[in-house]
Amino acid sequence: MTQLALVIDLNVCVGCHACVTSCKEWNTSGWAGPLADFNPYGPDPHGTFFNRVQTFEVGEYPNTMVVHFPKSCLHCEEPPCVPVCPTGASYKREEDGIVLVDYDKCIGCKYCSWACPYGARELDEHQKVMKKCTLCVDRIYDESLPEAERRPACVLACPTNARLFGDVHDPDSEVSVAIREQGGYALMPEWGTKPANHYLPRRRTELRIRPDELIRADNPLKKEGVPPKPPKDQPTLDETTSW
Amino acid sequence: MHPAFSVILLTTLIGVGQGLFLAIYTSQLYALARLLPMPDHQRFFALGSAVAVGFLVLGLFASFFHLGRPERAWRSAARWRTSWLSREVILLPLVVMLVAAYGLIHGLGWTRPLFVIRGALPVDASLLVGALATVAVFALFVATGMIYASIRFLREWASPLTVFNFILLGGASGFTLAAAFSAWVGSGPTRFYGTWAVILTVAGAVTRLASLYRNARLAPKSTLQSAIGVRHPRIRQITQGAMGRTFNNREFFHGASPRTIAAVRWFFLLAVFAIPVALLATAYVLSSVWIPAAAFAVQYAGLVAERWYFFADARHPQNLYYQQVA
Amino acid sequence: MQDPTEISDKARGHTEVKHTTCYMCACRCGIRVTLRDGVVRYIEGNPDHPLNQGVICAKGASGIMKQYSPARLTRPLKRKPGAERGEGRFEAISWEEAFDLLAERLGRIRAEDPRRFALFTGRDQMQALTGLFAKQFGTPNYAAHGGFCSVNMAAGLIYTIGGSFWEFGGPDLDRAKLFFMIGTAEDHHSNPLKIAISRFKRDGGRFVAINPVRTGYAAIADEWVPIRPGTDGAFLLAVIHELIHTGLYDREFLIRYTNAPELVNQDPDSDEFGMFVRFEVPPEEGCFDPQNKLWWDPAVDRPVSTHTPGVDPRLLGAFRLPDGTPVKTAFQLLMERVEPYTPQWAEGVTGVPAATIRRLAYEMGVTARDQKIELPIPWTDVWDHDHESVVGSPVAFHAMRGLAAHSNGFHTIRALGILMTLLGTIDTPGGFRHKAPFPRPIPPCAKPPKGPGDVRPGEVLGGMPLGWPADPDDLFVDEQGRPVRIDKAFSWEYPLAVHGLMHNVITNAWKGDPYPIDTLMLFMANMAWNSSMNTTEVRRMLTDKDENGRYKIPFVVVADAFESETVAFADLVLPDTTYLERHDVMSMLDRPISEYDGPVDSVRIPVLPPKGECKPFQEVLIELGARLGLPAFVNEDGSRKYKDYPDFVVRYETAPGSGIGFLAGWRGKNGDRFMVGEPNPRQWERYEQNGGFFHYALPRSFQYMRNWNKGYLTWARANGLTRYAEPINCHIYSEILQKFRLAAQGKGITRKPPEALRERVEYFFDPLPFWHEPLESLYTDPKRYPLRAVTQRPMPMYHSWDSQNAWLRQIHTHNHLFMHPSVGRAGAFDDGDWVWVESPWGKVRCMARFTEAVEPGTVWTWNAIGKGAGAWALHPKANESQKGFLLNHLITEELPEDPNGLRASNSDPVTGQAGWYDVRVRVYKAAEGEPRATEPQFPPMKRLPGMDKAPRRWLAFVAGLKGR
Repeated sequence: MTQLALVIDLNVCVGCHACVTSCKEWNTSGWAGPLADFNPYGPDPHGTFFNRVQTFEVGEYPNTMVVHFPKSCLHCEEPPCVPVCPTGASYKREEDGIVLVDYDKCIGCKYCSWACPYGARELDEHQKVMKKCTLCVDRIYDESLPEAERRPACVLACPTNARLFGDVHDPDSEVSVAIREQGGYALMPEWGTKPANHYLPRRRTELRIRPDELIRADNPLKKEGVPPKPPKDQPTLDETTSW
Repeated sequence: MHPAFSVILLTTLIGVGQGLFLAIYTSQLYALARLLPMPDHQRFFALGSAVAVGFLVLGLFASFFHLGRPERAWRSAARWRTSWLSREVILLPLVVMLVAAYGLIHGLGWTRPLFVIRGALPVDASLLVGALATVAVFALFVATGMIYASIRFLREWASPLTVFNFILLGGASGFTLAAAFSAWVGSGPTRFYGTWAVILTVAGAVTRLASLYRNARLAPKSTLQSAIGVRHPRIRQITQGAMGRTFNNREFFHGASPRTIAAVRWFFLLAVFAIPVALLATAYVLSSVWIPAAAFAVQYAGLVAERWYFFADARHPQNLYYQQVA
Repeated sequence: MQDPTEISDKARGHTEVKHTTCYMCACRCGIRVTLRDGVVRYIEGNPDHPLNQGVICAKGASGIMKQYSPARLTRPLKRKPGAERGEGRFEAISWEEAFDLLAERLGRIRAEDPRRFALFTGRDQMQALTGLFAKQFGTPNYAAHGGFCSVNMAAGLIYTIGGSFWEFGGPDLDRAKLFFMIGTAEDHHSNPLKIAISRFKRDGGRFVAINPVRTGYAAIADEWVPIRPGTDGAFLLAVIHELIHTGLYDREFLIRYTNAPELVNQDPDSDEFGMFVRFEVPPEEGCFDPQNKLWWDPAVDRPVSTHTPGVDPRLLGAFRLPDGTPVKTAFQLLMERVEPYTPQWAEGVTGVPAATIRRLAYEMGVTARDQKIELPIPWTDVWDHDHESVVGSPVAFHAMRGLAAHSNGFHTIRALGILMTLLGTIDTPGGFRHKAPFPRPIPPCAKPPKGPGDVRPGEVLGGMPLGWPADPDDLFVDEQGRPVRIDKAFSWEYPLAVHGLMHNVITNAWKGDPYPIDTLMLFMANMAWNSSMNTTEVRRMLTDKDENGRYKIPFVVVADAFESETVAFADLVLPDTTYLERHDVMSMLDRPISEYDGPVDSVRIPVLPPKGECKPFQEVLIELGARLGLPAFVNEDGSRKYKDYPDFVVRYETAPGSGIGFLAGWRGKNGDRFMVGEPNPRQWERYEQNGGFFHYALPRSFQYMRNWNKGYLTWARANGLTRYAEPINCHIYSEILQKFRLAAQGKGITRKPPEALRERVEYFFDPLPFWHEPLESLYTDPKRYPLRAVTQRPMPMYHSWDSQNAWLRQIHTHNHLFMHPSVGRAGAFDDGDWVWVESPWGKVRCMARFTEAVEPGTVWTWNAIGKGAGAWALHPKANESQKGFLLNHLITEELPEDPNGLRASNSDPVTGQAGWYDVRVRVYKAAEGEPRATEPQFPPMKRLPGMDKAPRRWLAFVAGLKGR
């Protein structure tokens, strides 16, 4: 059975918000639209977005790590938001595991958002129905698009290719390989929601220069007729012994 | 969680309605067992049921304000197999209908026994409908409580105590109202209701205090570490990706200061439990129509505060993602 | 419910797809715009485009909200009679009236004194045209925004290695193994850099970010090296010190490809002191480095001509020429220069531990020496040596404004250029790579006019408005050494001001120093807000009047597509189009979008008709050029030459029959030529068919070592990119700077600086890089102002452009002053409190936000989020003007008077680069009763005639008819 999902590589996400607005752009005029904005040019503007990039600081100066953290619906394999829905508007598609909301059935009771530990659902206050990431379900099966473009808008936009998209149930898919080989993890595993989306952790590349790499046969100073001298303040026997 | 007033009104009002019906039906059973004298009971039961229906309908009405699309509310009965909310949506009208039917039976006097069990227990239509209604009322209490108790991420709610509190506090407020009502119309077993109201209030105090005790000691299961998957003891959020007050910033935050929270807690502990018990006790000594009425008024106000606190007390794990704006 | 997979998005209306170039920032990505029923449905990256390869950023994906922004100006506006400037009271007029007004005024100025017309532009991407217009008009007073952006980065590196970062070149991250990013703004070359950094990291490269603040790209660095602002030069010099002392430099590279082994005259009494010793006069004077200097050959112990075959010269040493002249190699002088710049010394200046500096130096040196890349690409150098392969060292750098926007930035960037050269990474795989038309000769050939005589009424300007001085005789000064340009560029105050000093234009014009002007035309530059230092005063200057009640700057024309803060100060407003409504060229004559592998240029082709009466600024210039009879814009009989801008782009040639025009692709009658060729009337069609760009990939053997690659240089000469196929050796030692120093010392036969400037020129024109405190520090008590304040660029915003954008502004609605918690502890305030941030020049109230990702002596905020009330069609109470703030109020555009009576610009004394990041501040808690809003505040701007009404409550955008 297919389970489509995103795998987000925090190792390369620079927090540029390309995924945020490309998502808004696609979806506001798409199947899930409009994604309305309140006070668009006034005080405290806010609107419906399916995807947000947050920033966290880990550790203390000077060992601070800054983590940009994109967050959208995780399309859980055990989605707690689905069974609580009284109308059946929230559902998980059998064929690909995408969790969707049927906007014609949703009564806007917000109960599903209470039942999501991730804050992935946002009430569209203009249409008064619950909205969330659709994995661009209205584009990924569109055969009029070239195959390479049948992917969510955020994935196509991401300048660092930090968003991988595919079937996490197919062990050979790009996303499964990434999860397996790069330590992919799920958010809040303690709840057993089995998020389909995964995150890849930060990795650090270090370089170790061994002292002997600085003692070099090819030291160009040797060619200058001035062989490298030890520093003047280096202690020698001259200062300590008189024989 | 943000205390949603429509939901606060819904749960407290239907709690009163359910409790009032239980009080009336209990007194009918007592009367049947000849433990209570019940002069003019049919009129009293009919009027009482009407009041209960009134509260239930008011609660139902309030619930519509919670919905983004109330015109589609009818759809919400669809998922009764999985959703406690759906079950509540089915049960609430059922309770209204059954309580109304119960009141109607009394009001129209259709209380001729249909049959007599063992020659001692005459069974009339009101008894049967009342029994059904009682089952429905308890089911509704459970459904309402389970709406909250079944969200396992809200650990303050995810406890059997939540259901007990809904039953006991709803029951207590209903019996207090029954006492006030019977004192008011001057025909009901006021003392009987008052006694049960005190018993239920005290029982409710025990379960509510137990839940307060439990919640104060709950360690959050989710942490910033598990929320973003980084193992480090020092993590701070800098931005949440938007600066306006988004849905996630409003629905899950009460925005009240710790002082307000503490004040509300003290208020509801006094108003739901201490003051009504004291007033009902006073009513044993001073027979005034006003004292039970005051007890109910205070207790209901306390319940609104209690329900507000119930929301504010619950810490949603999604809030870990919405700590800071920059 | 309709099944979301049932109907193709394309079937929901009439769908069209068009290719053009983005303009949400200066990056210039290729975009594909899909229209539904004539409305923008979505904008995505063009997968075939070499620059962004299909990706798009937050801004690019929000282009819809720019296109349909209520801040759009749609009609020409004239200040109402009786209304004061700055009040923002306008009446709509016709274009005909606007053109009549302008042509009459400018015609008069041109006939009398062309200097009195000043044209300054922001991030316009059409400097080839605006510069041409200014030159044709005859005014020297033209520049774009480079002087207050990153001119130090351009000048510092071009005067050292013949190329620079961003449009001019960049790090080859495909092959690098170690990458240092120093002071980089996230908006410079943003998508290509994001693509490259993520690939680099995935390939296991090591990424070190050196920056006072850890945001943006630095967030994903493997190591963050926090550094105090303005001290990068000290860090780089200490690294150079360490590399030389451990012998981790690339000796072969330095000998062959730089002036490091060349002998410098050390006779202090000689007029030639500090100059390279030359053995003969070159046969041809040209804009290149003649090969007539000396090496010291240790085999015979005497000087020999450079690049003598078979000679392995000394790189270090002091010698005496046969005639007795003492000489040293340039590298010897560099070694002596960096002698005191030890890591311990640098630790005290930069705050970076000496051990870290040493370790990083070793990482650079050892990686460069031991992990050489050898590509099997044969090439021939200009000395006719055949090479079997191209060799590189996989150590790459990228730096931008963090280094540039300091008054010591030029020498800091020279140090960076020298460091990259020491590692042998100039135009090599894994190192720094040029982009066509770079490398250029050092310095490039274009020269500014030489004196007031080049400005003549009714005539074309002699020389280019902007150029690259090679010696004091190239300065643009009068007999007394006084500036001729209004911004004093190319004067002794800022001799190498190769991008002008736009940030001083208003102040100078207001003062009438060096002279008053009549008309100031600003295009796309928000000079009354975030593009000026000392914003409050600049706004006052724009409205200030003389004793006769006339404005000190008599006439201000603002051309912009949006209601910026500056619009309020205009006498005449010209509504520009958006990028989706216009033709544009990213021209080889300006700054094209070339790749490492060869030249690329691109175009914008309208996808939508202009809104209202909007007119592209280019059309305004073409129209004015024709009306004023500027030679390039009219036929010989004086009639209008070009129908419109697209026609101009196709038919214009730099000189009659030169075959060089604005676009390099599909030239020639049949479109079969490139770079050089006759105009092709169907050139636009060809660009359109190719997705809006032209990319020529050089043969592989021409792609590297282009400073010395005979094949490339010959190709470049043949294709009109350069006049000379001579080697471009890196300037470890800058003789050009020494020429200015000698002039200041009274030596030589060139022009001499005025007395008051001698000391300044002598001190700062050092042929070797050195580190000095930023100039502002000389006037600021560090005890009273212990902190340094800088801005950073948020990735979803481009300067002031995007607060009008309903989607982007939700991400950065207002800004905080970020600081280390210790700053709050010291000032007894808390995270989120209202505070005052104060410099000697001004103070601003704002909100504090604590962060662990900043050097504790630095405070910072996002650039240009704060807005004037009501500007950009925002509600007067919008967060941007109430909680958002502008740091510019704290920054002065002029330094206090120096002991010689000079009031210099707060800029680099070599290049005139604005010293944005030099300001020192203190932060303290705002009093309890103070308003919870930023200060200073200005009267709100109002909606102007022709502007749409902004939706008040809900915006529910759906593309297409009736939002189906």
